[in-house]
Amino acid sequence: MTSPEISPFIIFFASIITSNMVLANFLGMCSFISVSNEYKTASGLGKAVTLVMVFTTVINFAVYKFLIVPLELEYLRYVIFIIVIAASVQVIELAMDRFLPELHIKLGIFLPLITVNCAILGISLFMVIRNYNFAQSLLFGIGSGLGWWLAISTLAAIREKTGKNKIPKGLEGPGLTFIIIGLMALAFMGFSGMFAIQ
Amino acid sequence: MKNDLRTVFYRNLWKENPVIRQILGICSALAVTNRVDNSLVMGIGLMFVTAFSSLTLSALRNSIPDRIRMIVQTLVIAAYVIIVDILIKAGLPEISKALGPYVGLIITNCIIMGRAEAFARKNPPVISFFDGLFAGIGYTIILLCIALVREILGFGTVFGYNVNFLNFTNWTIMVVPPGAFFMIAILIWISSGAMDRRLRKKERS
Repeated sequence: MTSPEISPFIIFFASIITSNMVLANFLGMCSFISVSNEYKTASGLGKAVTLVMVFTTVINFAVYKFLIVPLELEYLRYVIFIIVIAASVQVIELAMDRFLPELHIKLGIFLPLITVNCAILGISLFMVIRNYNFAQSLLFGIGSGLGWWLAISTLAAIREKTGKNKIPKGLEGPGLTFIIIGLMALAFMGFSGMFAIQ
Repeated sequence: MKNDLRTVFYRNLWKENPVIRQILGICSALAVTNRVDNSLVMGIGLMFVTAFSSLTLSALRNSIPDRIRMIVQTLVIAAYVIIVDILIKAGLPEISKALGPYVGLIITNCIIMGRAEAFARKNPPVISFFDGLFAGIGYTIILLCIALVREILGFGTVFGYNVNFLNFTNWTIMVVPPGAFFMIAILIWISSGAMDRRLRKKERS
């Protein structure tokens, strides 16, 4: 099987905007909803997710190419990917603690949360299903991370502004959040003529 | 807290419905609901995984060391997801293609982990099995509600059969992602409205 002939840069921009992980593919919704009350925390989580996403995409690409395919372990790929993700989150946390303690204090609390963020596993699965080569996977990982960061900080900013408004009682909390996300998704879809990867 | 079959049933299907009350497992609830058949398969898959992983984890609950229980839970769940994935691939190849990575993503579905943490860890196997099963059913019902509206309005069909008797124009918005977000917002609105009304009635009496 060969990888589809799409320029990595188109994948990069498409994964930020038109195929945004959370607004078009619905991945990483849990933390997207629960950690978007405050702009500062949301942006911190976005950074951490981007970091982990790039890291795990590269490692999972290598693992898939050099371990899973040659050994014909494809039916075990979910387990292997999850273990790789959990392990790399641990490694990133240790490395950060040692070399960048300030950043670790800021982002540290988010790191364990990220292991169960479905966007991270989703990226690896999409990479396998769409048969991306290394450059494509790398830019797909970076773009998706940035897209997730963009989406969560935008949502947090909007929620901070709308937080004190008077709204119908039943709509408070998650209800309104979903409507905001829906409107954001509509806005992001407006770009769909520019690049597409599906 | 009572844990007989009836409370478990009521709690998982309505009072603490995983999707619209606890906002868990939203990813797949939104992604696969543009068609009813996809949602049904996804729901049954999830039901199977939650029920059996709750059963297994509850049977093992006294022998899993607390410190590594997360990784044990993930591995047990992953094992069942692999079974579901292979079964769907073998039996329903077309739906498997439409569901894409979302079957694999059941592993990170917070509902299963949530049931394992909140219930199966402290309760005996049989009731845990039903707790998982009912949580799965609660999830499936919401998925079917969303999918019915989206498929009828978006494609004019149900299970692929044409039901567009009035010849209305299909609503593209229901096919694309934003439609899913709006639908779930409406469902949440309805359910919390109903809960509020019941609370107020209780207060008055």
